[in-house]
Amino acid sequence: MKAAGLGRLRERRPMKYACRIIDLKKEYVLKSETVRALRGATFDVPEGDFVAIMGPSGSGKSTLLNLLGCLDKPTSGSLFLGDDDVARMNDDQLAEIRSRRIGFVFQSYNLIQQLTVVENIQVPLIYQGRLGRKEHKRCLELAAMVGLGDRLSHRPAQLSGGQQQRVAIARSLVNDPYFILADEPTGNLDSRTTEEILQLFDRLNQEGRTIILVTHEDEVSKRAKRIVRLKDGLVQWDKLNSQETREEAARNALENMPVEV
Amino acid sequence: MIWLSTVQLAIKSLWLHPLRSLLTVLGILIGVSSVIWLLAISKGIGDEARKQIESLGADTIIVRSIKPPAEKLSTQGITPYGLTREEFDMLVRTVPTIKSALPIRELRRQFQYDAKVIDGRLVGCTAEYAEVNKLKVARGHFITEVEGFNRDTSCVLAHKVAERLFPVQDPIGKRIYMPESTDFYTVVGVLEPKNASAAIGGSLSAQDFSGDVYIPILTLQQRIGDMIRRQSGTSFEYETLELNQITLRVANVTDVKRTATLIEEVLSGHNRMEDIAVVVPLELLEQARTTQAMFMVFMGMIAAISLLVGGIGIMNIMLATVTERTREIGIRRALGAKRADIVRQFLIETSVLSIVGGITGILIGLLCGPSVNLAREVVKWWSPRTIAQLPDVIRTVQPQILLESIPIAFYISLAVGIVFGIYPAMRAAKMSPIEALRHE
Repeated sequence: MKAAGLGRLRERRPMKYACRIIDLKKEYVLKSETVRALRGATFDVPEGDFVAIMGPSGSGKSTLLNLLGCLDKPTSGSLFLGDDDVARMNDDQLAEIRSRRIGFVFQSYNLIQQLTVVENIQVPLIYQGRLGRKEHKRCLELAAMVGLGDRLSHRPAQLSGGQQQRVAIARSLVNDPYFILADEPTGNLDSRTTEEILQLFDRLNQEGRTIILVTHEDEVSKRAKRIVRLKDGLVQWDKLNSQETREEAARNALENMPVEV
Repeated sequence: MIWLSTVQLAIKSLWLHPLRSLLTVLGILIGVSSVIWLLAISKGIGDEARKQIESLGADTIIVRSIKPPAEKLSTQGITPYGLTREEFDMLVRTVPTIKSALPIRELRRQFQYDAKVIDGRLVGCTAEYAEVNKLKVARGHFITEVEGFNRDTSCVLAHKVAERLFPVQDPIGKRIYMPESTDFYTVVGVLEPKNASAAIGGSLSAQDFSGDVYIPILTLQQRIGDMIRRQSGTSFEYETLELNQITLRVANVTDVKRTATLIEEVLSGHNRMEDIAVVVPLELLEQARTTQAMFMVFMGMIAAISLLVGGIGIMNIMLATVTERTREIGIRRALGAKRADIVRQFLIETSVLSIVGGITGILIGLLCGPSVNLAREVVKWWSPRTIAQLPDVIRTVQPQILLESIPIAFYISLAVGIVFGIYPAMRAAKMSPIEALRHE
């Protein structure tokens, strides 16, 4: 099923890039001074990429994340999601883009407490106005894929952090997004669960999903295919992680894991 | 589909705080049921008053003699006052729109049979009296024209008089005694019980027919006369009065007001003494209708205020809910909810609250009649004296539920939900998703 899904995905999107960032600037006006959070970042994310965005606090990392997530509009520059420049879109159009093209994974999971696992996975579809039998089946499959097939009607409060994050990942996949945008997805998790989640991301990437991961942990960023480092609102460097680096990081993570008693 | 799932979601969210939702619903419920209750009760009271006036007849005009104030009576001798038989004849002759005219003379008298003595009202009248006042004869017959013409000493007893004087015997054919005029009258008929009709001629109490004894007016004139002697302390008071009341019926209801004006002109000689009053039940009826309408508007306003309070309750709760659920709003916005989706979500929640309140309010509103009766029974059982002191209206009122008040109450409650829900909903939708997601 997954392979078939991937084929369909490629067929529908003949373009090469999941998103392209061109000279993106964002300024905040605070009372008397103007904060230039992003001063003209430029980089592309090809389809199937796995990018880690890094940077110290104040580097514009969060601003870039908000822009990539279409939660905010840039002051100038362009942000292409597919063929459309979302920099020019209004609030409702941005909402539409969020519901169809972006899969969000947050540090604090951000599941809706009064909804069950399946219902949480369905939320993006509600706002597309699609909630048929086919969609429901897809939600069940996604839940099974992240290993929660037996906890469909649990509420978030009844799940562990790792389980909640896996629900969030299933939710981010339900709309078949252009890319998954993960904001410190392992920030609240212990090292064992972190490893689980990173392996899940790895698997998704191997299946062809594009993943943009915002993190400040080197260990996590080393697992991505590529690292974009920001500093003072600009791209400081942009390099590929060699296959060896990635494998070593994965091995280290397993070795350093505390022994279960 | 999306609406259905939003309603489901709303119910689920409200269910998270059952007590809070219940109290909010209660606010609307009280508002809606008070709309129905207050309108039903005011309708009931108004209808009661109208029924009393209607029993006087819309086509009648009543002219009554009133005892003039003391300073207008001369100190020497006995000044006659009130309507005269001459005026009665004049009215019948000169006013063309009058269909029939009924002269009435009333006296307080004692009635006696064997050792039983009771106080009551002696009414001298003609045969038409029964029809005009809608009196129904239970046994025997009402006094006839022939008896009137012959000045017979026949009499007809009202229900209560017959019951008191003749608890076991058949009153028909028996002779009752009137000690004041040392006269005997033969009972020819007994009346059925009748409800009191509206007050006329300035007196506040309703007209009670239950203590009456009817005799032909000509008999009364011959045997008792126009002068009455009344003892007050050691001295006697005399007064001369020919007729207490003339009840006139107009052939065509549309002529009632014109005829009343004409009658007032014919009787203008009484203006100086102010010893008569012309009462037009049709006008009373119109007044009663206006009063009722005003009363209902007033009651409606009180109910509207309680609905307003309920609405403010909804707004208060929803504002708290929006703050509490800021994060959820942020998540939904991030996952693709438009502002309109958020507005809809919260508006549906308030609508669910107010519709539930509206429906239960209507159900409780429909229980108005039985509950008013129950309340009366409880008060009666708990303190019989209290109930006896209450005014007639409260003791007898039967709430009449206005059918149109049910949809009105429902739509108002829905409107309250939407109006008071819109501000919190807008506030929720206006939040920036970034800020909302950061909210703890």
